[in-house]
Amino acid sequence: MKWPARQLLGNRMRDALAAAWRALRRATGDDAYERYLAHLHLCHPGEPVMTRHVFYDETQKRKWGGVTRCC
Amino acid sequence: MMKHIWGLVLAIVGAIALGGVALHRHEPINALWILTAAVCIYLLGYRFYAAWIAARVLCVDPSRATPAERRDNGRDFVPTHRWIVFGHHFAAIAGPGPLVGPTLAAQFGYLPGTLWILVGAVCGGCVQDMTILLLSTRRDGRSLGQMARDELGPLGGLAALIGTLLIMIILIAVLGLVVVNAMKHSPWATSTVFATIPVAILVGLYLRQWRPGRVLEASLLGVALVLGAVLGGGWVDHQPMLRDLFDIAPVPLAGFVIVYGWLAAILPIWLLLAPRDYLSTFLKLGTIALLAIALLIMHPQIKMPAVTQFVDGSGPLFGGKVFPFVFITVACGAVSGFHALVSSGTTPKLIRSEADVRLVGYGSMALESFVAIMAMIAATLLDPGVYFAINAGAGIVGATPDLAVHTISGWGFPVTVAQMQQLAIDMGERTLFARTGGAPSLAVGMASIFGSSFGRGLLSVWYHFAIMFEAVFILTTLDAGTRVGRFMLQDLIGQLWKPFGRTSWYPSVLIASALIVAGWGYFLYIGVIDPNGGVNILWPLFGIANQMLAAIALCVATGIIVKTARPRYACVTLLPLAWLAVITTVAAWQKITSADVHIGFFAAANDLAAKLAAGTLAPAKAAVASQLIFNQRLDGWLTLFFTAVVWLVIADMARMSIRHLRGLPVARSSEVPYQLSRLAPP
Repeated sequence: MKWPARQLLGNRMRDALAAAWRALRRATGDDAYERYLAHLHLCHPGEPVMTRHVFYDETQKRKWGGVTRCC
Repeated sequence: MMKHIWGLVLAIVGAIALGGVALHRHEPINALWILTAAVCIYLLGYRFYAAWIAARVLCVDPSRATPAERRDNGRDFVPTHRWIVFGHHFAAIAGPGPLVGPTLAAQFGYLPGTLWILVGAVCGGCVQDMTILLLSTRRDGRSLGQMARDELGPLGGLAALIGTLLIMIILIAVLGLVVVNAMKHSPWATSTVFATIPVAILVGLYLRQWRPGRVLEASLLGVALVLGAVLGGGWVDHQPMLRDLFDIAPVPLAGFVIVYGWLAAILPIWLLLAPRDYLSTFLKLGTIALLAIALLIMHPQIKMPAVTQFVDGSGPLFGGKVFPFVFITVACGAVSGFHALVSSGTTPKLIRSEADVRLVGYGSMALESFVAIMAMIAATLLDPGVYFAINAGAGIVGATPDLAVHTISGWGFPVTVAQMQQLAIDMGERTLFARTGGAPSLAVGMASIFGSSFGRGLLSVWYHFAIMFEAVFILTTLDAGTRVGRFMLQDLIGQLWKPFGRTSWYPSVLIASALIVAGWGYFLYIGVIDPNGGVNILWPLFGIANQMLAAIALCVATGIIVKTARPRYACVTLLPLAWLAVITTVAAWQKITSADVHIGFFAAANDLAAKLAAGTLAPAKAAVASQLIFNQRLDGWLTLFFTAVVWLVIADMARMSIRHLRGLPVARSSEVPYQLSRLAPP
């Protein structure tokens, strides 16, 4: 295989791995705080920002306020 | 064109697989036939029935903005990719129910339960979940109770609230009983399950204090630790002193579970509940995937007959004929009213486009039903004699191993004491006789599947892994259920006395939690002291309650479809509703009026009372008889109450529908008006 082709394949692989990692973080809620920050910057710039700590508490309180688990 | 070819291929493969099931009568059948038939049926249902309902009945409109888009706040309302919503929704609805129900229903043979799991899911459960999900999405994610109040009237709303509260209490009690029966006199299982509590607390501290919100790291740490706890339990089992310490009788274990439940409900969420849920979700999804792979590798023979003699109502796990009790027992794997609560509330706030409700609503339930099929296979690949020896209570088959094997072999399912002893040694337990509740027999089945696919030497580790896996998410349901029950009770009492309704007022928190825990703790305690195992009474009660909640959800759906779509399309929800109304009413009728002491609550109570008065009971049973008598009568009245509530809601729905069809005014639809979506189509 010539160099450029190999590099292309390498890039593709790296992109695929990165996409899988993003999907995993998204699905587990690992990136929730980053998404909150992004949303705040985009839609409500200048509003006070919750710290990671406060945001986590808030998320849990909301999540467990209703029926989130089943039989 | 390609789509049609796919449909055709699926139909042909499914038909061949079902034909395989049908033709292999009176000889062992391979589980692959059932698995293949099931997958084809789900895919066909998804491809054709669900698509038709989405297009014609629900008029799904991808151009219509969903609440996630309109009210996007980066927190609970977030437009989310449909596969991620699917994962969240599936993790929310999949619980211990579809594992336990089919295991118990296997006493009728593999066929009745399997057929109902397939038909019930494709035509009932999946339709209910998808419909409620869409209706709630069009109403800003309103809950089932609110929709019932808005669309039917205050009666419907109140019935949904009380029904939910009661089913929650029964559900937690029966699940607690399943855990207690899996842990009683088993040092390995008990120490492993106990160890998950400090692990959860550690993960909780990690997630809140040390590295806030790093869910992946914390969960990986926690999963590694609980796997270590499974191995550590094996070590404990070999230490004479520790072994005695964790060798606990059922009643004190029930006490532990009750105190634990109360603490979990009043402690901060982040300390125990939330981290335990992360652990259990990872374990749950991982184990289900592993089970599917292992089943494909092992492709076991089903040893249970297609239909056993117990269809006549004389079953040892629970009394009652195959109609209606197979439908009541399978419960969550086919139709679960509880799902309607998840489908209205959290999930609708994540739906990006209305077009996603088919995958999220119908698809998740189809997968849940597939889990039930796997549980059915795990139960029926055991020798039937072994299955009955594990699952039948001592009060039914006899208290000693010799008596039990004699009774069970007498039914035509040969089993020996030596065989059961060898099995217990393989699984690292002292005995497996009369471990009612379904969890131990499922764990034996899963251990055999995992063992033969990934190495037989580790059978006892696989067994305790399976027990731990079931216990972890049963305890999660217990924590979450107690907390939700507490909120509902605070809401209910708060309508009479305002301060009690403030969900963070500490006296109210303590009292409401204690009341809920006392409710399920009572049923749990009675189940534990019942010599017949307790599950035989509690599970049918839970099944009836759960199916009735589904009937309430389908009433709400039918009422709304009559109002907003073509009335004849309401058949899509009306037919499952009619079927559920019939089976639950017949089952309730039999539980209340039957003269057979294995079925009728009042008959059993009167029989026991007569024996107690005549002094013919064994001393051990006489000591608890008066409590058992009271409990049977209470269960009878409770069943009557459930039935009355459901028929009230049905009457309310019928009244509203008839008024609408005759052109009389009814409550206006609470649907949020159409807004054009600005999001790019998926």
